Amino acid sequence: MRTAKEKLVVIGNGMAGCRAVEEILTRDPDRYEITIFGAEPRVNYNRIMLSPVLAGEKTFDEIVINGQDWYEENNIALSGGSPVDHIDRDAKTVVTRSGQVAPYDKLVIATGSDPFIIPIPGNDLEGVVTFRDLDDVENMVAAAEKGGDAIVIGGGLLGLEAAHGLSLRGMKVTVIHLMPTLMERQLDEAAGWLLRQELESRGQTILTGANTKEIQGKEGRVAGIELEDGTRVKADIVVMAVGIRPSTGLAKQAGIDCERGIMVDDHMVTSDPAIMAVGECVQHRGLCYGLVAPLWEMCRALADHATDAPTGYPGSVTSTKLKVSGINLFSAGDFSGGEGCEDIVMRDATRGVYKRLVLKDDRLIGAVLYGDTADGNWYFDLLRKEEDLSHIREGLIFGQAFASGGALADPSFAVAALSDDAEICGCNGVSKSTVVTCIEKGAHSLDAVRSQCKASASCGSCTDLVESLLSLTLGGEVESGPQTMCSCTSFTHDDVRRLILEKQLKEIPEVMQELHWTTPDGCSACRPALNYYLMCAWPGEYVDDQKSRFVNERLHANIQKDGTYSVVPRFFGGITNPRELRAIADAVEKYDARMVKVTGGQRLDIFGIRKEDLPAVWADLNAAGLVSGHAYGKALRTVKTCVGSEWCRFGTQDSTGLGVKLEHATWGSWMPHKFKMAVSGCPRNCAESTIKDFGVICVDSGYELHVGGNGGIKVRVTDLLCKVETEEEAMEHCLAFIQLYREDAHYLDRTAPWLERKGLDWIKAQLFDDPQSISRLAQRFRYSQQFSQDDPWAQRAAGDRKDLHSHLAEVRPLAMEKA
Amino acid sequence: MTQATVGKWLDIGPVVQIGPGSARTLPVEGGEEIAVFHTMRGKFYALVNKCPHRQGPLSQGIIHGDTVSCPLHNWRISLQSGEAQGEDEGCTPTIPLKLDAGRIFLLREAVVPQFMPSQPSSAAQSA
Ligand SMILES: Cc1cc2nc3c(=O)[nH]c(=O)nc-3n(C[C@H](O)[C@H](O)[C@H](O)COP(=O)(O)OP(=O)(O)OC[C@H]3O[C@@H](n4cnc5c(N)ncnc54)[C@H](O)[C@@H]3O)c2cc1C
Ligand code: SF4
Ligand code: FES
Repeated sequence: MRTAKEKLVVIGNGMAGCRAVEEILTRDPDRYEITIFGAEPRVNYNRIMLSPVLAGEKTFDEIVINGQDWYEENNIALSGGSPVDHIDRDAKTVVTRSGQVAPYDKLVIATGSDPFIIPIPGNDLEGVVTFRDLDDVENMVAAAEKGGDAIVIGGGLLGLEAAHGLSLRGMKVTVIHLMPTLMERQLDEAAGWLLRQELESRGQTILTGANTKEIQGKEGRVAGIELEDGTRVKADIVVMAVGIRPSTGLAKQAGIDCERGIMVDDHMVTSDPAIMAVGECVQHRGLCYGLVAPLWEMCRALADHATDAPTGYPGSVTSTKLKVSGINLFSAGDFSGGEGCEDIVMRDATRGVYKRLVLKDDRLIGAVLYGDTADGNWYFDLLRKEEDLSHIREGLIFGQAFASGGALADPSFAVAALSDDAEICGCNGVSKSTVVTCIEKGAHSLDAVRSQCKASASCGSCTDLVESLLSLTLGGEVESGPQTMCSCTSFTHDDVRRLILEKQLKEIPEVMQELHWTTPDGCSACRPALNYYLMCAWPGEYVDDQKSRFVNERLHANIQKDGTYSVVPRFFGGITNPRELRAIADAVEKYDARMVKVTGGQRLDIFGIRKEDLPAVWADLNAAGLVSGHAYGKALRTVKTCVGSEWCRFGTQDSTGLGVKLEHATWGSWMPHKFKMAVSGCPRNCAESTIKDFGVICVDSGYELHVGGNGGIKVRVTDLLCKVETEEEAMEHCLAFIQLYREDAHYLDRTAPWLERKGLDWIKAQLFDDPQSISRLAQRFRYSQQFSQDDPWAQRAAGDRKDLHSHLAEVRPLAMEKA
Repeated sequence: MTQATVGKWLDIGPVVQIGPGSARTLPVEGGEEIAVFHTMRGKFYALVNKCPHRQGPLSQGIIHGDTVSCPLHNWRISLQSGEAQGEDEGCTPTIPLKLDAGRIFLLREAVVPQFMPSQPSSAAQSA
């Protein structure tokens, strides 16, 4: 008689449980008498293929891994539909909910994970489903058959696959995602933006930065949701796909060590030597995994141990792909950057491709690929092998075919090897020989090439190639072109402004993608500039990006050297009244301001306000009718005036009145730099109009208009632009000049250097050559003012962006000690 | 007593309180104010809220990559090491930080140096 076989019991009939059994069977088919318990009433299937089943691309039968016959052939007793309720470690038995008791010598826990249900009202309504097993898929399919609206909460891998499936089944889908970037754990902002564009173009609505407050129901069934910000979206079904938690309940109850998951050693053994655990339910060396690939490696280690040939599992590096047809997306390793890390970014706008590699010590540690994922596996391999890549670094981003091509690894060799008729610039159809001829004829800089043969003048993706051709053709003689915007791009400010309009670029990540930024999220020089350019180009449409603003503009106050702020309310034309003065005096006392100072622009500056107090100060000042003076902004600051004809014995016109009107027309407008104006009532010029960006000098016969003055580091006296007869004309010219400056200057150029660069003649030509110009420019300015003339202080005082002013929390150890 | 008051780590609230690309402050009674940063790529860091140059409040700078540009004179400070980047020299103390179950934790003894981990005497309130 044979000795009785050891009894192996497996809890969990999922991907890891069955794979572990398969691995054991290949090593030693006769060693164990095996029983598998599964909570689901079905055989072992490929869970990751539930997405294609939901999308209608596969049937359940097609995703079964091990059918009934497999259990029979291998003498495995399957108890489907019978969840294990209890493990008795002393008696070495497991007990199912239905009361079945099974003894074991070795136990494997492979219970996977549980979908996380966010604890909000309404999460138990009928029609709220998770996405984990076939029952969930069947629920969704049934709902989709009735059509209507679906909401998917969670814009991660799983949520997007659910959304895709439901939209293919004809539902109108809205994805609600808490973070600003879809799949933020796998993608950076740039790739997330591309993905979002693609999904939106397929008809899905994507709401990011959206926090669900409650799920609303009607007669016990889900009807819609409400977000924290009050937005409501209706729905016939709500899929919750916000994350998973290792299923540790059973193990915990049995007293097995658990943290986030069931703790296992390198052989997948738990704190009880007779019990192993594998799959999503475990925590190994501090990590829990939510993907299949690591499970395979774990199952091998488990089987080696269970058959007495222990090898050990060292942990896994994982990679992700999104299973949504037509979207190529790959992400692996750590691409969040950090000390000593180096980014290589390639953006090919024409093909919609974004690739980013992160290197540390010449080794690849992370990769994100969007659009073209052909090299994903190669990068993943390099990443896992931790190979030194210094010898192929130059060509790495171009992929395996390029980088492993020996001499081709040097991009200039690659360019040299191109045939004469090879296309260099796809946008303008320029061949290599054309570019080379152009260089030989005297175009010795990138800019010269761009203007003479148009290569690299459009999308710029071939800039590297043109530069290589320049250095190949000229040796060391390449002239450096005009300054680029910053080191993140090869484009100048002018190029960027022009291309934003030409290519209708409307968001910062879009500009960075289309114009081939070489850094993932720009720098402190280009981000504020792009924010301004987009705002100027698309008034009313572009949504301001607070995180790309300098602190003064973010907090609507001036930061001072001690970290406190100063606040300047607007006095239109420099005029104030007792009510306003009283409000200022009160605020100074109430908030302990340390000084009040009359500024050079005839306003009052209140110093020494703490960041936390700003909203309250504004509320008090607002109550007296005062609004923000934008003294903190690249914006219209002040209009200085003299008293003019109303009081002064020399005054020729109402200079104060005109100043007030000018300020009412222009306050709130964002500019490339700060912008100051003044109006003097006669040539004695008491308002110092001739050192302002725009100055008016009233004379008997009308108004002299002066531009481009600066009282700053480099004093510059204005140039006379023209003379006009009426106040209306003076106003109209002012608005037109401002708009020309707004649309043309580089960010952080004041009018003085701008005017010197462009020349007064150019400015006059823009304004006067075409009789329509003045009114067209002024009209564009007025249009944009519709959207920018609301007082930022009022919004903040009303509680907008409270987080910018309040502390995260407070730590008071001493207070507690006393208590 | 809440969970926040025990253990080696101080719970300073949910991750969602700090949007990517921004930072928030944490005043500490008897210690230095702390700035907690969330980078555009989703990493969290904590530093003393003082620039090594002239004590500028780093929390108010523009965050890009894993650095912040100081709002006062534009020094660039590494969020990971606190070191000034480029030509500049100086270092801001960093505070060990970890995330767990959607919450942010700071190493208690780094927050308040004189504070002994065994004393059950700290409170962090969610703002
Ligand atoms: C829709 C979807 C798409 C996915 N796509 C991908 C992908 O593209 N790539 C990828 O790598 N991963 C993907 N995953 C994740 C992948 O499916 C999991 O990592 C994998 O299934 C985990 O295997 P497991 O055996 O640990 O858990 P599971 O496969 O979940 O198996 C656990 C089993 O244990 C059972 N069980 C739980 N408790 C008990 C109990 N008390 N008694 C008896 N039985 C119990 C459960 O019913 C379940 O059948 C996807 C997951 C889903 C849901
Ligand atoms: S500029 Fe002329 S009008 Fe104005 S205050 Fe001076 S002198 Fe009088
Ligand atoms: S204080 Fe930070 S740069 Fe000067």
